[in-house]
Amino acid sequence: MSQPRLMQGNEACVEGALEAGLQFFAGYPITPSTEIAEMLAERLPRAGGVFIQMEDEIASMAAVIGASLAGMRAMTATSGPGFSLKQENLGYAALTETPCVVVNVQRVGPSTGMPTSPAQGDVMQSRWGTHGDHPVVVLSPSSVMETYVLTAKAFAVADELRVPVILLTDEITGHMRERVVLPDPGTLPRPHRPLEGAAPPDIPPMVHFGEGRRVLVTGLYRDSTGFWSESPEEADRLVRRLAGKVESRQEQLTMVDRWHLDDAQVVVVAYGCVARSAQRAMRLARERGHRVGMLRLACLWPFPGHEIEALAERADRIVVPEMNLGQMVGEVERAVRGRCKVIGYSRVDTELIRPEELLPVLEGV
Amino acid sequence: MITAGIILAEAAVMAGLNAVQTQSYGPESRGGATRAEVVIADGEIDYPKVTNADVVLVLTSEAYRRYGNKLKQGGLLVADSDLVGEVQAGPYRIVRVPITRIAREELGREIVANIVALGVLAALSQVVPMEALERAVMGRVPKGSEELNRRALRCGEAAGRQAQVKEAHEA
Repeated sequence: MSQPRLMQGNEACVEGALEAGLQFFAGYPITPSTEIAEMLAERLPRAGGVFIQMEDEIASMAAVIGASLAGMRAMTATSGPGFSLKQENLGYAALTETPCVVVNVQRVGPSTGMPTSPAQGDVMQSRWGTHGDHPVVVLSPSSVMETYVLTAKAFAVADELRVPVILLTDEITGHMRERVVLPDPGTLPRPHRPLEGAAPPDIPPMVHFGEGRRVLVTGLYRDSTGFWSESPEEADRLVRRLAGKVESRQEQLTMVDRWHLDDAQVVVVAYGCVARSAQRAMRLARERGHRVGMLRLACLWPFPGHEIEALAERADRIVVPEMNLGQMVGEVERAVRGRCKVIGYSRVDTELIRPEELLPVLEGV
Repeated sequence: MITAGIILAEAAVMAGLNAVQTQSYGPESRGGATRAEVVIADGEIDYPKVTNADVVLVLTSEAYRRYGNKLKQGGLLVADSDLVGEVQAGPYRIVRVPITRIAREELGREIVANIVALGVLAALSQVVPMEALERAVMGRVPKGSEELNRRALRCGEAAGRQAQVKEAHEA
């Protein structure tokens, strides 16, 4: 193990990406994600990789897809306005099954909003930002150490499933500095893409540009040979297979922390920076004799509905605090289906939710 | 101020403690109001922001007006004696030190006021050992400015001790 050190969330993202074998970064700097581009501009070329500052976010996403199709492990990093611009090409990556990692360090929106202030307003955009039914995986860290771990995990999932993976962090987690002890270099398993002869039945093997085969990549619907197709049967098969790649791996993609769920009457469901507030609030409430538990989500999409269903059977109340006007709470309600009370708690004044303000909500006062 | 917060947190980690540092600032690249928060603990730190501060350091009246009320009972308020106007007496310790003036007049560079402030803070609160703080300062300041910053830390430490002596006399 390395020495304990103070590290910023965005820096941990860079370390995790390099450890996962990042080879290509294209981006357009934007607060509060800029440190990622800044550090990679220095580190990535030295590690034998390529760093390009593109003319905008649309081009950055296109360059990432191109690099990935040519066999490189590729990533970009942005925030709200840039994430909006990346949506069209994110859909292209989803349909063409191009592995890539997009980091979105959330800030207050919509539009330019408040560039240096935190929010969690992109939860639904990260799932449904591009048009059409499409697969996507969204991971959301709550600490600097977890930013390292989940960035590396994002590359593993992107490669294995051939999907875009979003690392959805926020200004607090991205800019916060914490004590971390990173694992020794080379101890994380290197990601790998499905290759011919070794691919699961629902994921086509990856054939890269420049490997000697003719490769057709298109944003049109295609049949199993890869040629464009207008057949209704083929269309149905394609869209269901793409969505199913992620849905059928729900178990593998369930990443949660469970605290005191065995005796909890009230469960707080939280993610990202707000999970830190919720954890403190849970502890305070328990000290005061209330049976409060917590479920922390590290993978937001696919949404772990089965975990929520299990809670709904046992708990009286589920509380969902968010730094938005209520995005994940709707998904929780959908899984609960009226079996217990669901209460959302929103704060959108750019300040992190304080544990003390959650206490009355948890304690039902 | 944010750099000072980072250095303080880093010194705590070097001293074997746990630390989290967060910040809040506007879109300006220079100037504007900034706030740096540091939580130091032996064990796990869940909520990363400061709620009841043991120490509040303010260099301007506006900072005092905004963050003075974060100080807990029995806490320590360090205020720049030139730039922070009247402060309210209460069940806490108040120490006034001309931090920015020390940086400007004794060191010739106002920009090192944050390092002077760290010296003052460490001398008055003992929140981190001075040796770890110095190592952290050296690791974070630009190359070529090490000597200036070392002196800034020393000046701050001396001013902090002096204020402590004065405090003891008055008590």
